[in-house]
Amino acid sequence: MIKNKMPLHVHSYLRGNKKFPSVWCPGCGLGTILGAIIRGVRALGLDKSNVAMVSGIGCSGRMPVYVDFCTLHTTHGRALAFATGLKLAKPGMKVIVVMGDGDAIAIGGNHFIHSARRNIDLTAIVVNNRIYGMTGGQASPTTPSGDLATTAPFGNVDQPFDISRLAVDAGASFVARSTVFHVLEMERFIARALSKKGFSMVEVFSQCATYYGRLNKKGSAVDMLKWMKENTTVIKPEDLNQACAVDMAPKKVERGILVERDSPGFLEEYAKIVERAKAI
Amino acid sequence: MPEVKFLSGNEACVEGALIAGLGFYAGYPITPSTEIAEILSERLPKEGRFFIQMEDEIASMAAIIGASIGGKKAMTATSGPGFSLMQENIGYAVEAEIPCVVVNVQRAGPSTGAPTSPAQGDMMQARWGTHGDHPIIALCPSSIAETLELTIRAFNFSEKYRIPVILLMDEVIGHMRERVVVPSPGDIKVIDRLKPTCPPNEYFPYENVESLVPPLAAFGEGYRFHITGLFHDISGFPTMRADEIVPWFNRLFKKIDDNLDDILLYDMRDMEDAEIAVISFGISARSSLAAQKQARQMGKKVGLMKLKTIWPFPEKAVQEIASRVKLILVPEMNHGQMILEVQRASGGKCVIKGINKLDCDIIYPHEIIEAMEV
Repeated sequence: MIKNKMPLHVHSYLRGNKKFPSVWCPGCGLGTILGAIIRGVRALGLDKSNVAMVSGIGCSGRMPVYVDFCTLHTTHGRALAFATGLKLAKPGMKVIVVMGDGDAIAIGGNHFIHSARRNIDLTAIVVNNRIYGMTGGQASPTTPSGDLATTAPFGNVDQPFDISRLAVDAGASFVARSTVFHVLEMERFIARALSKKGFSMVEVFSQCATYYGRLNKKGSAVDMLKWMKENTTVIKPEDLNQACAVDMAPKKVERGILVERDSPGFLEEYAKIVERAKAI
Repeated sequence: MPEVKFLSGNEACVEGALIAGLGFYAGYPITPSTEIAEILSERLPKEGRFFIQMEDEIASMAAIIGASIGGKKAMTATSGPGFSLMQENIGYAVEAEIPCVVVNVQRAGPSTGAPTSPAQGDMMQARWGTHGDHPIIALCPSSIAETLELTIRAFNFSEKYRIPVILLMDEVIGHMRERVVVPSPGDIKVIDRLKPTCPPNEYFPYENVESLVPPLAAFGEGYRFHITGLFHDISGFPTMRADEIVPWFNRLFKKIDDNLDDILLYDMRDMEDAEIAVISFGISARSSLAAQKQARQMGKKVGLMKLKTIWPFPEKAVQEIASRVKLILVPEMNHGQMILEVQRASGGKCVIKGINKLDCDIIYPHEIIEAMEV
């Protein structure tokens, strides 16, 4: 449904004035993700003035500046909290929050789980490249155990978070995971997330060839994309309702929709509170 | 009709905020400010407006900035530990020039300190708590009526100058009850931020306008633009160019410096023939007032300057007082914070003595009178 005439349409969602080329490294996955978000927005026929893109700090934090939406580049880890205020002030807006793994799950971890618990009507896109890119390759909460980072020169001692499982268990209404290699799937998930009420989250595995790739000898960006192709598997429906995976670093990363439920979003629930308050 | 009510400071703060047009509150429970959140959780839904209890004070501060960007007048309330957590995002609101009001009902600190006891230990934190060079406005009420008045002023200043405004209450002001005349809507000046009227493609949210405060469009109303905590150009896009950063920084300071006549609020009492001046603020200004009255009855030529605006500091007025009195007393419930500003403004023209308390109690009038005996 959204396959034709893409390039022209993507450009009509970008800011023409002065911000290209992007700050991102050659081979970075963020441009692909940006394209998928734009196509997701277009698929829903959303008015650009009614879309906000909110980000935190890091490589992903620089995404909003390129798009012709209402754009808000906030502080590190706090994008969801800023977005919560904006959404409640302007409930009619579609608010998209773009974060990296460190931004969303380390410094912003508290806001992440509470946004899911609250089921606040936002769509979060978490770009998981398993490293802090902007600051030069430090270990993040999704760096696999034993992998190298500039702050883990002998291997990462921690175990990684499974971002999607975290969002599922915290109460998000929609959670899906894809990769930059599976770009059409990612685009489909984003469009679906954008049309959900409540808190929707798409985790996208992305390649940081500059730091994660180089430090861990994963090859070029293309090699890393191949890795995504070969080391991911489509999640089986029978696994969906199981408890959080005990294996924190499974051999193959599961892709797919981990949860989609019709739980009421914050806005819907708050409207009931207003009714109750006014009746008294 | 104006209503006469018997209110606590926290209640008066709520009344003031609602009169000012509060559209959004986000907060996290903390003594001694919690009643503000509790009352608003009841009042705001009744008006169809949003109250949200966030996961912490960092999120509360972020949420009110987000709501303000969505066009709502937004506020949070907290105390010392929460105020510390809010500092980074207060800096964001300064940098991005987003109006909002932050209430700090001060308690004794540092750290957890004494949650149920008053203090005035956050005066300098209100000025310099967030990193980087920046202007700020902070107001400090010394009565319940003044709490209502200054809460409205806080919103007005924040809307008018596109800056976060800090209302520095303290535990006694927060919980003490006094008679307050609550004005009816329309009887009191309420300022709303200027919104752009130009076509969206001609809108620059950080334009160097003559008034020094460019209009602020709300998201979702047809103007698509960028807001960032990075240094930015007039469009809001990040910049590292000195010829874009410097004019912006100049305007950021100038919008406050050029409007001191409007922003600096203070009351002078019996200062004409005074030989001793007491300069105080908040709950300590109440003890100072009692001391000043008693001293006059005792035949001492004592005047009082009560600061309502703490930041920016009214240095010209203090300088003028210092040039004609022998002694300035600065009672404050801290180790000596605002006295540093009084000393700076006075330029060594008179003797300056601090009256300081850190024992979780207020300063009593007799302690101020005793300090008048040199």
